[in-house]
Amino acid sequence: MNFQPSEMQTELTDLTRKFAREKLFPLIEEDENEGRFRTEIIEELGQLGLTGIPVGEAYGGAGLGYSEYVPVLEEIAGASASYAISVAVTGLAQVILEKFGTDAQKQHIARLASGQAIGAFSLSEAGSGSDAGALRTTAKREGDHYVLNGTKLWTTQGDSADVILLMARTGSQADGPKGVSTFLIEKGTPGLKLGKREKKMGCHISHTLELILENVRIPASMRVAGEGEGFKIAMTALDSGRITIAAVALGVAKAAMDVAISHAGQREQFGKPIGEYQGVSFLLADMAVQYEAAKLLVQKAAWLKDAGQPFSTEAAMAKLAATDMAMKVTTDAVQVLGGSGYTQDFPVERYMREAKVLQIVEGTNQIQRLVIGRSLLRSSS
Amino acid sequence: MWFFSDEHRMIQETVRQFAQTTLAPRIEELDEHEGFHREAFPKMGELGLLGITVPEADGGAGQGAVSATIAMEEMAAVDASTTLSYLAHAILCVNQIARNGTPEQKQRFLPKLLSGEHIGGMGMSEPEAGSDALGMKTRATRDGSSYILNGAKTWITNGPVGETFYCYAKTGEGKKDVSTFVIEKGTAGFSVGKKFKKMGMRASPTGELVFDQCKIPELNRIGAEGSSIAAMMRNLDLERITIAGMSLGMARSAIEAATQYSKERKQFGKPIGAFQQIQERLAEASAWYEACRALTYNSAYAFDLSQAGAPGAPSTREISALAARAKLQAAQMATQVGLDAIQILGGYGYTREFPVERQMRDAKLIEIGAGTNEVLRLIIARQMLGDEVANA
Repeated sequence: MNFQPSEMQTELTDLTRKFAREKLFPLIEEDENEGRFRTEIIEELGQLGLTGIPVGEAYGGAGLGYSEYVPVLEEIAGASASYAISVAVTGLAQVILEKFGTDAQKQHIARLASGQAIGAFSLSEAGSGSDAGALRTTAKREGDHYVLNGTKLWTTQGDSADVILLMARTGSQADGPKGVSTFLIEKGTPGLKLGKREKKMGCHISHTLELILENVRIPASMRVAGEGEGFKIAMTALDSGRITIAAVALGVAKAAMDVAISHAGQREQFGKPIGEYQGVSFLLADMAVQYEAAKLLVQKAAWLKDAGQPFSTEAAMAKLAATDMAMKVTTDAVQVLGGSGYTQDFPVERYMREAKVLQIVEGTNQIQRLVIGRSLLRSSS
Repeated sequence: MWFFSDEHRMIQETVRQFAQTTLAPRIEELDEHEGFHREAFPKMGELGLLGITVPEADGGAGQGAVSATIAMEEMAAVDASTTLSYLAHAILCVNQIARNGTPEQKQRFLPKLLSGEHIGGMGMSEPEAGSDALGMKTRATRDGSSYILNGAKTWITNGPVGETFYCYAKTGEGKKDVSTFVIEKGTAGFSVGKKFKKMGMRASPTGELVFDQCKIPELNRIGAEGSSIAAMMRNLDLERITIAGMSLGMARSAIEAATQYSKERKQFGKPIGAFQQIQERLAEASAWYEACRALTYNSAYAFDLSQAGAPGAPSTREISALAARAKLQAAQMATQVGLDAIQILGGYGYTREFPVERQMRDAKLIEIGAGTNEVLRLIIARQMLGDEVANA
């Protein structure tokens, strides 16, 4: 066991933190209120080498592991969960293409990894959220092409994405998850339309889109891996995606905790700093314990993945622990700041609104429990 | 509740209908754009809600804490923002003028507040005096038959929209030298400072009140100079009980939405309500809610008995601890139930298509306003341990 961060991890943490605090944070309050996403932020992150961390250098990535990816996402999330999620989703597209794509499809990785293009992952539909294998969007084979029809929901950055990895049904509805395939769809493909943009509780910078597919005709060469392998691809992607969302949760929680600690040291009531009251200092103590514990779990999941060992159970544990922790820590941070915490004069109320979505995306936390529970019973039988 | 009288049930039904017809259609848009439902107030006036706790002789409905809590619960189930503004108006301002004002003062201030023509509010918190309310720095200095006020109040519900404020200021050097003044919009030296952008309760404007050499006639002082603490504390109890009613209303709505969704939403071939994780959350939420409801109405009932001087009624101190317990639990319950309801609704719960995300944002405020959880725990512990031990 070694808890010493590597030189690379330290370097990446410092680099990302500097950018997040100096460039990103000052923009966020207003941009969140306006729901303004800036592609130039992604470009700048790309120039710093932060948008393609986990993919190989051969494809234009940094060739690093999730152990390096986690601190990068944590630091971005400390300023803005929306941008951290954006980087994670673009990363997800790269990871899928690297693992499952053809050589031609892999050509897209370089511009995603450099921040010149944005990626999206489109799985959910109105009737299939947790039960992703029940999706209804169809992809019908017509000669050398597929024709896609249907409506996808909750596609993160579906409006700005240049490359969308989209799950659609090539088999029958009765085939369930086994009838699902993955397709690479580029921006501007005829028939691909943007539906409504969701009005949400938080993460307004990160746009969430309904995508409408009306006779979207794409060459068969845009199918990623074989017919019927789409659900497996999605689940594999979600396994690593869970580590990234857990990293985002660490960042949001740490930022909220830092504000709470600083406030508790400065704010005086009844003649002394409120941090001197046990009611407040024990709240801070619990925050720190829960944050550190979740962080170790996230690091373990990342380490297992980097070591090529099975990690999906640990990824689910990390996602569950880190996002529940972030919800608790941010809610308590609002409490420590009291009336000020409830206003936009401080960012903690935003962190709390951001934390909530992390318990829902990349598999709701109910689904994480399902994954963990099944895995425990399987390994004991 | 089992002890509700016919009159209580009538108030419940009246407010429920008012909330559905008047508040429900507008709250979504008002929350999004941080508006204020001013037109709702004259309607509340017509229904007798603005003076719900005011004696009938003074033009009110002559009701007690139980009825006020019922009104708050029913309104907050639909629109917590307007309910919060209603609380500031009816309980923090109108009730206090009626309880503590002279006949002349009541005659001057109450009619327009009772009709909803004027909006009322209360000024206690200051930037450096939140939980430590008596640490307030706003001063009122005697000047002939007037007082000159200097200082600033913050987090004032209805601050940006109100006409009449029931404000506390120091009139001496001692911690307890607190006096009360009614301050009206348009008075020279009185201005409204910034309006806060908030996480929730966005349709209930919150702002600062600023006093700069603000001259207030002695006729606007409520009660004797330096004697306001007892009435201030007494009203905090009523505020806490009724605001706990708000938490009940918000939680009830969230539980109803989550239950309905759990019946309709199908995943893996069955309603999600068939899964134990969902059942467990719904069961826990409803159990906590029912416990809080019993606690809150028990406190309201005890408050009314104590006000009426009924034999064997709890002491003032016991009422304070009871009110603190009710609000402490109800507020935490409503936030947690709100978070759980969003979780049950999943992606939909995070969007504004369903009211649960708004209810959760609104619910969090109740853990902070009218005494933070931390201050309430202090009050309860002091009552249990005695001051000597608790403050040792």
